[in-house]
Amino acid sequence: MTSTLAPRPVGTVAVSFTRQALAGLRVLLVLTVLLGIVYPLAVFGVGQVLFRWQASGSLVAADGSQVTSPSAAVGSLLVGQQFAGEQWFHPRPSAAGDGYDTLASSGSNLGPNNPDLVSAIEARRAQVAAEEGVDPALVPPDALTASASGLDPDISPAYARLQVARVARERGLPQDEVAALVERTVVGRDLGILGEPRVDVLALNLALSTMGS
Amino acid sequence: MVVVAQIGLVVLVLALAHRPLGEYMARVFTSPRHLAVERAGYRVMRVDPDAEQRWSTYLMSLLGFSLAGVLLLYGLARLQDVLPMSLGASPFDPAGAWNTAVSFVTNTNWQSYSGEVAAGHLLQMTGLAVQNFVSAAVGLAVAVALVRGFARSGTDGRVGNFWADLVRGSVRVLLPLAFVAAVALVAGGVIQNFHAHTEITTLAGQTQHVLGGPVASQEAIKELGTNGGGFFNANSAHPYENPAPWTNVLEVVLLLLVPFSLPRTFGVMVGDRRQGWAVLATMGTLWAGAVALLTWAETAGPGLAPLAAGGAMEGKETRFGLAASALFAASTTGTSTGAVDAAHDSLTAPGGGVAIVNMLLGEVAPGGVGTGLYGMLVLAVVAVFLAGLMVGRTPEYLGKKIGRQEITLVALSVLTMPAIVLVGTAVAVATPEGRAGILNAGPHGLSEVLYAFTSAANNNGSAFAGLTVATPFYNTLLGLAMLAGRFVPIALVLALAGRLASQRSTPASAGTLPTHGPLFVGLLVSVTLVVVGLTFVPVLSLGPVVESLS
Repeated sequence: MTSTLAPRPVGTVAVSFTRQALAGLRVLLVLTVLLGIVYPLAVFGVGQVLFRWQASGSLVAADGSQVTSPSAAVGSLLVGQQFAGEQWFHPRPSAAGDGYDTLASSGSNLGPNNPDLVSAIEARRAQVAAEEGVDPALVPPDALTASASGLDPDISPAYARLQVARVARERGLPQDEVAALVERTVVGRDLGILGEPRVDVLALNLALSTMGS
Repeated sequence: MVVVAQIGLVVLVLALAHRPLGEYMARVFTSPRHLAVERAGYRVMRVDPDAEQRWSTYLMSLLGFSLAGVLLLYGLARLQDVLPMSLGASPFDPAGAWNTAVSFVTNTNWQSYSGEVAAGHLLQMTGLAVQNFVSAAVGLAVAVALVRGFARSGTDGRVGNFWADLVRGSVRVLLPLAFVAAVALVAGGVIQNFHAHTEITTLAGQTQHVLGGPVASQEAIKELGTNGGGFFNANSAHPYENPAPWTNVLEVVLLLLVPFSLPRTFGVMVGDRRQGWAVLATMGTLWAGAVALLTWAETAGPGLAPLAAGGAMEGKETRFGLAASALFAASTTGTSTGAVDAAHDSLTAPGGGVAIVNMLLGEVAPGGVGTGLYGMLVLAVVAVFLAGLMVGRTPEYLGKKIGRQEITLVALSVLTMPAIVLVGTAVAVATPEGRAGILNAGPHGLSEVLYAFTSAANNNGSAFAGLTVATPFYNTLLGLAMLAGRFVPIALVLALAGRLASQRSTPASAGTLPTHGPLFVGLLVSVTLVVVGLTFVPVLSLGPVVESLS
């Protein structure tokens, strides 16, 4: 044991390793109590006191009010949901299950030169342009692509504005009122520099449905 | 302009934080005193935190602890259906449990399962999240042991006490930072509850599940510990993991925070802060290069699909957009984190290529918690050695001579990762089981496999997720790649630490190569890039490069 690299007899190593592994198990169990139980419960406790609504999932009821119980909610402002009918603002395409399936969050994982993706994008462009009655060149990228989570709650302000005419027509509302609603719902970049401007589709549709009634 | 401001904010926060945090960590790992709670813990654990360990004992403790971690996690995954709070999830199959256990213990957090359906709250909280802490603390311990090797003189290879380093890294460094970050994330909308996934009727009358779980506590340490294993399948792209642009930037800061602060710790511990600056400058240069290239690639949006859509928004979230996604991608692949806020498989060809190269650098830009510092110090020894060859002098670094044994350990350490990546990729593309997993045909398919083995061997954990990896073939092979990629370099680095600690320091002379100036930073950046370049040019040419050019 004079040289630092001298090998030790195999038997000694095995005994020593077993002893270390048992010590390791004891250390791990103690740390599990602290880091795996005490710590998450402490965060839970602080969350319940200070940010109960956020900690519960940023849930909203049909009248737009904030709720903390999932059973009272129509959804979460943070999680996208499917709106297929003509009377709704539509979200982005989604690769989560059959669309906005929260039990299957995922992107399409299609590569940048994948021929299936290219033809899907072209088909969506034609479809959105026909639905909104606009020039296909005006359809913004987020309307043509699936998000990474498949649960993107937002669309770009451009895509929201594109849908104003159709939604106003279907709901029999004045177009400028719906347009004003969209502008009120647009959220700018955080701190003016972070991320991108966006429109929360559920927030917009909730405001729309209370406006109609 | 906005793009630059966003990156600038991250740089500003790190610039303000790295010195106090780095000096705090130096105090944590050199203080002779234990906290009262630590002393109580050591009594229950029945370990002696004051015994100075030789490098071989230190390694044995580390391996014993990691083995216990693998076994406990394997057991939790295999038995989760009979444990509380499983939410009705089935037990993992043996290959999947092995892969997941190895993945989290090695700080890789590669995930061949989908969190929202495969893992209950108990497994996430007491299994996966705990390894998020302790695997990061293990990396920290190895880095600190190597730094002690440089700082000490003429011991008989003693490099510290693994148990004390592990506990202090967890309790004094990671836990307080994670707690503050977790509360901030809750404020931003990351959930922290124990709900089961509850079915609801949406506004348009469809059914959807509201998800529950202790996510914020796990999210914070997932980034801070450069782990990267998502609570949900979509990882940091999931709105419940990363709900807003400002939480996104917070997460980027968290994953860069400890790796960029450790050079300061190193400088303080070796008694020459300029040495820390040189390491920091090297890491910062490489990170900045990757951020610039990835931002350019994603905002320019080359490729057929981005062209057809008018922008590379496939696999990206509206709230982040192109620039914030590129910033996250460069930072997560540069730090061995592997969390993703965008689908890397759908990155543009040059963007995905940068992500791969960033990992192939060996996770040193700035690298994982601890692993980044010891990886960079190993490369610094290579740089000093090469410079020594050029002028014909015995190379030395921080007063330690780099002789035959030292450089052998370093060379083996540098060669381990490329060997795993290249052999693993070759085996996978040469076998039907390996080729069966590929989603995108052509060069992009090779990139998927190359990305997987690069990610595993470097303990990163991000993926070109189109590759189907939940098969016994990939679960087993990638598990082996993660194990070897983690513990072979750790063993070699600790052996190096032991040898250095037993050497007497030689005072610098007129002929000593200064290792703190811009010249050395340039040399170190070049060495890092050349080692990767020479090793991986062929396979990169066949994958991302040919796809970018086509």
